[in-house]
Amino acid sequence: MTTTADPTTLEFGKARTRKEDARLITGRTKFTDAINLHGMLHLHVVRSPLAHATITGVDKTAAEASPGVIGVYTAADLGVEGVGLPCAWPITPDMKSPQRPLLAHTTVHFAGEGVAVVLARSAAEARDAADLVEVDYEPLEPVLNMEDALKEGATLVHPDLGTNENATWVFDSGAAGTGSSIDEAISAAEADADSIVLKRRFIQQRLIPAFMEPRACVVDPTGEQITVWAATQVPHILRTMTTVTLGVPESKLRVIAPDVGGGFGGKIGVLPEEMLCVALAQKTGKPIKWNETRSESLLAAHHGRDQIQDITITAKRDGTVTGLDVHLLADMGAYLGLVGPGVPILGAFMFNSIYKFPALKFTCTNVFTTKTLTDAYRGAGRPEATFAIERIMDELAVELGIEPMELRKKNWITHEEFPFTTVVGLTYDSGNYEQATAQAMEAFDYAGLRREQEERRASGDKVQLGIGISTFTEMCGLAPSRVLGSLSYGAGGWEAASIRMLATGKVEVITGASAHGQGHETAFSQIVADQLGVPFEDVEVLHGDTQISPKGLDTYGSRSLVVGGIAIVKAAEKVVAKAKKIAAHLLEASEDDIEFSGGTFTVKGTDKGKAIQEIAFAAFMAHDYPEDMEPNLDADAVYDPENFSYPHGTHLAAVEIDTETGRVNLRKYVCVDDIGTVVNPLIVEGQVHGGLAQGIAQALFEEANYDDQGTLVNGTFVDYTLPSAADLPSFDTSTVSTPATSNPLGVKGVGEAGTIASTPAIVNSVIDALRHLGVTNVEMPCTSQRVWRAIQEAKGNTTQETPIDTHSPGAGLGSIDPNNPQGEVQ
Amino acid sequence: MAQVRVTVDGVNYADDVEPRTLLVHYLRERLGKTGTLVGCDTSNCGACTVHLNGQSVKSCSVLAVQADGAEVTTIEGIACDGKLHPVQEAFNEKHALQCGYCTPGMIMQAIDLLGDNPDPDEQEVREGIEGNLCRCTGYQNIVRAVQSAAQKMKPGSPAQTDTPVSVAGGGN
Repeated sequence: MTTTADPTTLEFGKARTRKEDARLITGRTKFTDAINLHGMLHLHVVRSPLAHATITGVDKTAAEASPGVIGVYTAADLGVEGVGLPCAWPITPDMKSPQRPLLAHTTVHFAGEGVAVVLARSAAEARDAADLVEVDYEPLEPVLNMEDALKEGATLVHPDLGTNENATWVFDSGAAGTGSSIDEAISAAEADADSIVLKRRFIQQRLIPAFMEPRACVVDPTGEQITVWAATQVPHILRTMTTVTLGVPESKLRVIAPDVGGGFGGKIGVLPEEMLCVALAQKTGKPIKWNETRSESLLAAHHGRDQIQDITITAKRDGTVTGLDVHLLADMGAYLGLVGPGVPILGAFMFNSIYKFPALKFTCTNVFTTKTLTDAYRGAGRPEATFAIERIMDELAVELGIEPMELRKKNWITHEEFPFTTVVGLTYDSGNYEQATAQAMEAFDYAGLRREQEERRASGDKVQLGIGISTFTEMCGLAPSRVLGSLSYGAGGWEAASIRMLATGKVEVITGASAHGQGHETAFSQIVADQLGVPFEDVEVLHGDTQISPKGLDTYGSRSLVVGGIAIVKAAEKVVAKAKKIAAHLLEASEDDIEFSGGTFTVKGTDKGKAIQEIAFAAFMAHDYPEDMEPNLDADAVYDPENFSYPHGTHLAAVEIDTETGRVNLRKYVCVDDIGTVVNPLIVEGQVHGGLAQGIAQALFEEANYDDQGTLVNGTFVDYTLPSAADLPSFDTSTVSTPATSNPLGVKGVGEAGTIASTPAIVNSVIDALRHLGVTNVEMPCTSQRVWRAIQEAKGNTTQETPIDTHSPGAGLGSIDPNNPQGEVQ
Repeated sequence: MAQVRVTVDGVNYADDVEPRTLLVHYLRERLGKTGTLVGCDTSNCGACTVHLNGQSVKSCSVLAVQADGAEVTTIEGIACDGKLHPVQEAFNEKHALQCGYCTPGMIMQAIDLLGDNPDPDEQEVREGIEGNLCRCTGYQNIVRAVQSAAQKMKPGSPAQTDTPVSVAGGGN
């Protein structure tokens, strides 16, 4: 029986302001860095300034004599040389996995890798002493370029592996039987005058998640269990992986993620620093705190993206696509992160996007370099795929002389064709690309802007207008456990929930999906309020502490609502079923005659009834309840989805480019997203805004650059340029809804949509503005300099790129401009 | 050691501090004012923004000793008798925060901005909070919140009459 309350009072769909806010807007809450315990010691990591080097000596003498220092430790001092951090996703049986040590002990493999740690009474004393640790290095050749790294005779990052190739993963629709052969599609297109074969190379630059709260942890070994507070997205996974890494029994570990200041995939890792804090807490018997600086975070926290994409598309001259061949090189960095090797694979099934390709082949080679490791960053694999397909659809449109939106319409899955099984074997349950596109084009004034574009081109206006399209889809809700198993992923994809009915009628909801800004407490309260017919305010959502929420797989991959939310619904259904039995007993009626609506159980055809709170109290008192049940309404559920969910949307961008300076001004951004049923439109809008900002930042602003020695040159927020409020416009966002049929709420997930969709929309608009000037590509981020150079080169003028290791004057820790070290006035 | 006498959120303190101690570390570690947060090393993010004698400062760029004799207001000191400041209220109403890490600094900067410009347009808000980074919201709802708070704080508006105004000083 469905358990919906009076439709006029439904919480579902209401723009509730967030419960979480009160503690955040007042400064009352405690992020991990505010956890302070008596006798606590502070850990600071001594990091390698070199990308690749042999460690020939570590002199700790001066550091050990520094005030407040308790000890200075190398891996050997701690006896952890043999400990390696886990990678949970061996994508192929023969994948090459180097040991990822807690501290480098013979060789450093990236600039920023830890070599030793200092423990001191204060954080300042630990940092002071870290500067006094003398490490001698014998430099080795850095390995920085993926294509060079794969060549015969290349310097090896890990010589014991015998290669810089981590793994090559292939999906071939012909071999899999989900589609036809790409080789045949390409041969046929090459032999056919009415077909085209188009190849393009796209570069996914390296990005840094750059959550606002630097990573931190506090480990307290003084109780029966070791308690770990960590700024993490994944307290449950961290607990299990601490056991896997250090051998501490899982039952002796409690992990707490208090309020966490953003993650975006950047906090799904299991960190060497976390493991070192546990090891040192065990060694010293004292609580240990580690809190990284921003520079450490940019240098050593995992990065994202970094792929070279070689894409071949085949199509008929009428625009019908016939095949897609994808070759990727993906930079793993120096080691494998928790799910790093699988991140590009998450994109494998999304290159065909919303289009009806008959043939697709995906080949990805993961490569080791001497850079910071890469792992999940908002979208994880799907932004890369969406970028490539949406960019090449524009390129194909130009080659064929077809309007880019018309080309998309010709090839997308129509509304009537759902459910639709794609060339990679995924079944899209629902969607309506026509509806989202029509609504977006109208709000955008697509036709009007195209006219203006024509006028500006005709008049030779120095400010040119570009229009960019991205009609995207994604796979969300990681994930059906069986699918993950077939991909050799080292965990399931279920989520757990519990509901406790308290004696006084309040409700505690326990979720395994641990939030770090998404608003779970509010959205999940809305769901439970409707399911149980209780006031929104009476629902308390508990999460992020393995002793309170013992079972869970945490928050990433837009999974919290579509997996965790459904687990809550399943638990609520069990609560109602139990309450119904007690209600029937107390009302002296048959269970079949009891109806539940708006929080009240009534006997059909009578005015006799009892509120769910009364039943909860009766269960607590336990004076009178059915003999065949326990006096308890509480329930647990674990939900394992049967399919992914497939949000989609149409995103349209208009940019104005000053052709004299190359400056890109984002004038208008309209998106219409179909994310299924909306629980809270306020939260949805916020998720889309933030996602857009990050996707636009990839297109226009952000890039992690290394110099030729393998040193990250954007190691501060001076150089790694997150967009500020003044860099972005207001976005016009809205939603349409074709409910998902794969879950009872009809929800699809929204956490990553904006990031996945927006990057190609922006870059397509930049190139669209310049194409008539002869520009065919601008690499990301499309900075003024790159745009200006592209215009000049299209004119036949030569330009010189400013070297990427040109620091901003005054930037960096030393405040020295390396291009002008003496500080002369130029 | 150097001595610093300072009033923070209406309470007087006198402490010996290392001369190099930053105001933000003094607030957090000595006074337990952990509502003021640290997000970077380079004065770019603004998470540590507080008011020093009524003017917003990034407290990572001020030495504790420079605050000697000054009045400091943090995010923990702007609600009055349990009533939130209009900017705090607006941040909740307009969903201007997600993870909440930039929020204390963003609110303190917004209050300062409204002290200088009580009725800013969108662009003025965007430029006024340019020194405070947010990774979650894309800023759109922050801009809305600041403009909404501006309306609430206008002289004569119902919200304004019982609102503390001393912290909204700022200004040239």
